[in-house]
Amino acid sequence: MADIIDRRENPRHKSAVNQQRFLRRYRAQVREAVAHAVSGRKIAEADRDASISIPARDIKEPVFSHGTGGRREIVLPGNKEYVTGDAIQRPPSGGAGAGGSGASQDGEAEDSFRFRLSREEFLDFFFEDMALPDLVKTQLTAVPHHRRVRAGYRTDGTPSSLAVVRTMRESLARRIAFSATAIARLREINEALDLLGGEAAESSNAEVAELLRERAELRSRIARIPFIDTFDLRYRNRVTQPMPVAQAVMFCVMDVSASMDEARKDLAKRFFILLHLFLKRHYERIEVVFIRHHTAAKLVDEEEFFHSTESGGTRVSSALEMTIREIKEHFPLDQWNVYVAQASDGDNLESDSPKCREILLNELLPMLQYMVYVEITTGEPQNLWVQYEQVRALRPNLALGRIRDRADIYPALRDLFARKERARTVA
Amino acid sequence: MDSNEQASGQRPAVSVQVPSPGSQDLEDAGITVPALNRRSTAALPGGSEWSFGLVERYDREIARVAESCGLDTFPNQIEIISAEQMMDAYASNGMPIGYYHWSFGKRFLATEQTYKRGRMGLAYEIVINSNPCIAYLLEENTMPMQALVIAHASYGHNSFFKGNYLFRTWTQPDAIIDYLLFARQYLAECEQRHGEEEVERTLDACHALANFGVDRYKRPAKRSLAQEKLRLKDREEHLQLQVNELWRTLPSRQTESAEPKEQRFPAEPQENLLYFLEKHAPLLEPWQREIARIVRKLAQYFYPQRQTQVMNEGWATFWHYTIVQTLYEEGLLADSLMFEVLHSHTNVLTQPGFDSPHYSGINPYALGFAMYRDIRRICEEPTDEDRRWFPDAAGSDWRRTLDFAMRNFKDESFIQQFLSPKVMRDFRLFCLIDDDDQPHLQVGAIHDDAGYRLLRNTLAEQYGLGEREPNIQVVNVDVRGDRSLTLRHYRHDRRPLAPMYQEVLRHLAYLWGFTVRLETANEDGSIVPTHECRVEKRRFGALPPSLLLRNLP
Repeated sequence: MADIIDRRENPRHKSAVNQQRFLRRYRAQVREAVAHAVSGRKIAEADRDASISIPARDIKEPVFSHGTGGRREIVLPGNKEYVTGDAIQRPPSGGAGAGGSGASQDGEAEDSFRFRLSREEFLDFFFEDMALPDLVKTQLTAVPHHRRVRAGYRTDGTPSSLAVVRTMRESLARRIAFSATAIARLREINEALDLLGGEAAESSNAEVAELLRERAELRSRIARIPFIDTFDLRYRNRVTQPMPVAQAVMFCVMDVSASMDEARKDLAKRFFILLHLFLKRHYERIEVVFIRHHTAAKLVDEEEFFHSTESGGTRVSSALEMTIREIKEHFPLDQWNVYVAQASDGDNLESDSPKCREILLNELLPMLQYMVYVEITTGEPQNLWVQYEQVRALRPNLALGRIRDRADIYPALRDLFARKERARTVA
Repeated sequence: MDSNEQASGQRPAVSVQVPSPGSQDLEDAGITVPALNRRSTAALPGGSEWSFGLVERYDREIARVAESCGLDTFPNQIEIISAEQMMDAYASNGMPIGYYHWSFGKRFLATEQTYKRGRMGLAYEIVINSNPCIAYLLEENTMPMQALVIAHASYGHNSFFKGNYLFRTWTQPDAIIDYLLFARQYLAECEQRHGEEEVERTLDACHALANFGVDRYKRPAKRSLAQEKLRLKDREEHLQLQVNELWRTLPSRQTESAEPKEQRFPAEPQENLLYFLEKHAPLLEPWQREIARIVRKLAQYFYPQRQTQVMNEGWATFWHYTIVQTLYEEGLLADSLMFEVLHSHTNVLTQPGFDSPHYSGINPYALGFAMYRDIRRICEEPTDEDRRWFPDAAGSDWRRTLDFAMRNFKDESFIQQFLSPKVMRDFRLFCLIDDDDQPHLQVGAIHDDAGYRLLRNTLAEQYGLGEREPNIQVVNVDVRGDRSLTLRHYRHDRRPLAPMYQEVLRHLAYLWGFTVRLETANEDGSIVPTHECRVEKRRFGALPPSLLLRNLP
């Protein structure tokens, strides 16, 4: 006889610690894989769990074992036609494996090790080299808060949520409903009695006596209706609702002239993702609009935004004008919070930069919650930067940042994160 | 189906990976299909939903049959677990408690990935060689499956653990759970004192040598006091003789060489590398020695399992089949239940041919089951061939013979002793010679009169650990010089080491603390240096040595 034990309720994830150690040990490889996964993702989908793979050779646990070569004798099952002494061509794979053909329907599993990262783990790696402060990381990683909001009344609940006025209203209605016929009858009786000459007149009169008896009965019936009944009790009902209820639109504006190479685009992408994550924290619904420009601006989808290159000069004002046009046409300011994120390597047509300043100052910035401009460059600040700096002095809702590597992205957005309270109230 | 899959690198064969059941019909698997015209009422309720009450009732019946068949078992403990817990158990070699190490995390992630992508099913159960014998049953199993795996694990494997000589010699089922607990606590303590990284480094190194950390032969027991006294007395007498020598009048002969013979350390080559390091590595801290010991002990615990796959799985499969069949014949099982049991049983026993895309080695369940069944057949209905091949077994009591076979062998010797020509024919075994000096592979033997013995020998060798693992031994320590350690790889059939030996040597050098050399002894007697892993002298209290790796030309 055996002891039979139900262990299903025992804690799961006994090897969670081991998994963490694995991830810590292969941080570099996992980070690379995450970076790879990020570049393959859409901005709005950056924070999902992911199946990633790292090279299997890195994580092998070495042991002494036989290599290939030398002389081996192998016993195999399923002989169909061979007789002793037959010579068989070596299978092309080198014939190392026992029997040859079973080799590689699993080919992928041979050289890469695939596993799944949860959303939190994934974001953790994504944030790692961007030097985000921990507080911000928690803000971004956390699932949006819910708040409990009033949603009518219910008939049960805790005494503390009793809705007194509503309860009284129910009580009154019930009392009226229950006593209405009695009161009407009472009124009839009173009128009849008045006609018969008043109460005192003929108390011996059988008709009057009957009316008096009925009136007494009605009165006691009305008195028996309880003032308040459990039936009347009403409690305030509350439901949970996701906290951010506003919507926002985010314009991604990027220079795609020839000088923006892949590495710079990758930095720009991270910058956009981070801003998107931030907005996602604060708004329930976010639209993303992609505008790319060289000398002329063009409205594109995400794929094209990041992946096609064009050559030619740069005229930033074209993109700014396009943004304004888009806002006016599709995103009425009383319904949308508008954010603009602009990335460029800073090159602009010399004569165009002052024009940009004017557009920002007079038209664009007044419409926006916030605008962030990053210049992805290692060199000296370019003419556009100079003009933007002048604007910043006048307008607090413009932030500027110069980005050389991933760790520089966050400082450019720092202001925005610090202002989150304001952003929420505006929303 | 037990916990040794990971240790031996074999995937669990009872997982649902087995290809389509149609590839082999029931008769092939040695199954008698029950006649359909039996009454359909059964004493035990059928249906696929299990409940604790039902599991208990089935277990009671199975226990009764097992006892009547003479199976001697540890007390049983059956635990029902969820799929996620099963994956946890996979990751820790089936052990309920384990110390923390990244490699277990890696194993978990790999299992999770393949399981969630639907590429692999989980084993129906895992059984632990402990006392009481713990069997984990997956909650997703149907009632027929639970019955099958209870018979398989709790009575089949359990009796094997209790009876087989390797397990009796090398494992202590009473103590294993406590030891695992101790290991986990000790390592946690080490991590607090010495840092996770240091402990991990040591564990990595020890894991690399775990398979070379087992004793293959019992060390002599410690001398008792009486023996010690006797030894002292002998020694005194011997000294007395030496004294008498002084008064010898005969002139001593000058044949002894004048120079003192150089002392060799170790005096004999050592094959238990991890034990050698634990005892003799000069720079290891005491806690590192203890870790080496823990890894060694656990490797030793798995050592019998690695050597008895065919026997162990075959035994469990034979008995789950026999027990369920008996219950059915007693009229306790419904037909529908029996069919599901047979379906799973057949799946487990599938043996794809070498040229099938599903082929992944000889299925230990299939081979083991076929061999035990055949032993029974030889006992009950021997043919002339059997009388020639197995004069002792033919016509004997099958339970006694089977019990003898289970107790006293390991895979290698079991096959050597009991693989019958009939099984070889049924499996259509043939032997392939793969010699890289020859342009072609050559068929060395097939299942015919001329080939049986060669086939049997080759297959037996294939299961010997000596054949599966390279032969590497510690041959010398330069005690008076640079303290370097020399290992020697004895090549067999010109087979080289897999290239990752360099990594292993690096781990070894970390533990030894000084230079480690590897040399290769070829079959013609020549010895060539192969590889050298240099360690810079580490100063006392310094950080772990930076290891400089240098390949010899």
